[in-house]
Amino acid sequence: MFFTETKNLIIKEIKLELKQKYVINGILLYLVSTIYVTYLAFDNVITPETWNSLFWIILLFVAVNGISKSFAQESPARFLYYYTLASPQSVVVAKIVYNLLLMVILSSLSFLFFLLLMGNKVVNMPLFILALILGSLGLSSILTMVAAIASRASQNFSLMAILSFPIVLPLLATLMKISNAALNDAQFAGNEGFIVILITINLAVVILAYVLFPYLWRD
Amino acid sequence: MMVRYYWWKVLAGILLLYAVIAGFIVSVPETMILQTMRNLFYHVGMWFGMFAMLITSFIYSLRYLRGFREKEDIRAVEAVNVGMMFGMLGIITGMVWANYTWGVPWVKDPKLNGAAVGIFIYLAYLILRGSIDDHQKRAKVSAVYNIFAFILWIVFVLILPRLSGESIHPGRETSPVLPMHLDPGMRFVFYPAMLGWILLGFWILDIRVRIRKIKLTMENW
Repeated sequence: MFFTETKNLIIKEIKLELKQKYVINGILLYLVSTIYVTYLAFDNVITPETWNSLFWIILLFVAVNGISKSFAQESPARFLYYYTLASPQSVVVAKIVYNLLLMVILSSLSFLFFLLLMGNKVVNMPLFILALILGSLGLSSILTMVAAIASRASQNFSLMAILSFPIVLPLLATLMKISNAALNDAQFAGNEGFIVILITINLAVVILAYVLFPYLWRD
Repeated sequence: MMVRYYWWKVLAGILLLYAVIAGFIVSVPETMILQTMRNLFYHVGMWFGMFAMLITSFIYSLRYLRGFREKEDIRAVEAVNVGMMFGMLGIITGMVWANYTWGVPWVKDPKLNGAAVGIFIYLAYLILRGSIDDHQKRAKVSAVYNIFAFILWIVFVLILPRLSGESIHPGRETSPVLPMHLDPGMRFVFYPAMLGWILLGFWILDIRVRIRKIKLTMENW
């Protein structure tokens, strides 16, 4: 019951998005222009640490922009309709999974575009890709939950940004440590602790979202 | 709430008086930072006070979501206010101390990052509360944010520093919370002082909650 509900909700989100293409086009343009501005600003004198920080900062802004629209797009009347049909847990899990797909697409495109324009500084590719995937899951779940919270407050984009940046900082700090290691060393050793932390944060956030979202859902 | 019993407030006063006087009299071991070691009783006290207040706020947010009683929401937000006060004071005392010891007021260190992120998170909480008008919705939404943010913050503060290797900020040898390698002479002042700061936090919380309840009653006439 829960899985069919969730699956149908995810399919609904994807269909909505494909019909309008509003969010995805806007975000892609944002991504491409930001990376291009960075490319113009740095004249090839770029250390791996700078490459890393720029990549994650741009990805963070892209994520906040993309996910902030996820609760704001549908009208309150339609939300009431969903309320009668599906359990809040399926709604939140469906949104997290949809945003995860979105984030994976955005982060891969970001990464490819970055490679194209800023050069390849990555030494340990599997570790970096692992960081990308875990980071996408983490950003998606945290930002979906914050978007749910912000949507209940005023419909203000800046509120979403204010709320999300401090919460996302621990995740971002861990991601930057792992990817810094991926840029500098070719080995996996020494990073297991950080990967465990990332997985813990992801699990904790998803469980918290599952438990807390029902309180936001009823009005 | 605790108006009838005031022994703990007297105890707070006595402990802090003791901490201030004995803090300057007790002999400190000979280390590089000389007499500034005494700041331990006050700067670390701020940290304990903030931590106690934020845990209190977390617990009251949880209890609010169980029963939706408004007084628990009041306690949650006032605990955050007192915690922020302690946090700001802790950061200021820390910066003064750091400037003397390390030469710069701020370094890139997990403990300092944890404190800064905590303050940002709770300032965002206060801004969130400010942006919602309906008081029941405000209480519910901010309780959800409080629980969510607190757990992530705890992960950051307690777990990340252990993995980051060396830290210039003291207190990591056993845990980031309790320094065990403290000189025995200082321990006699340290533990009572910490208890005193925490009790002071609860005292201020108690007064603020009572003031807010009175204001609410006056508004509702």
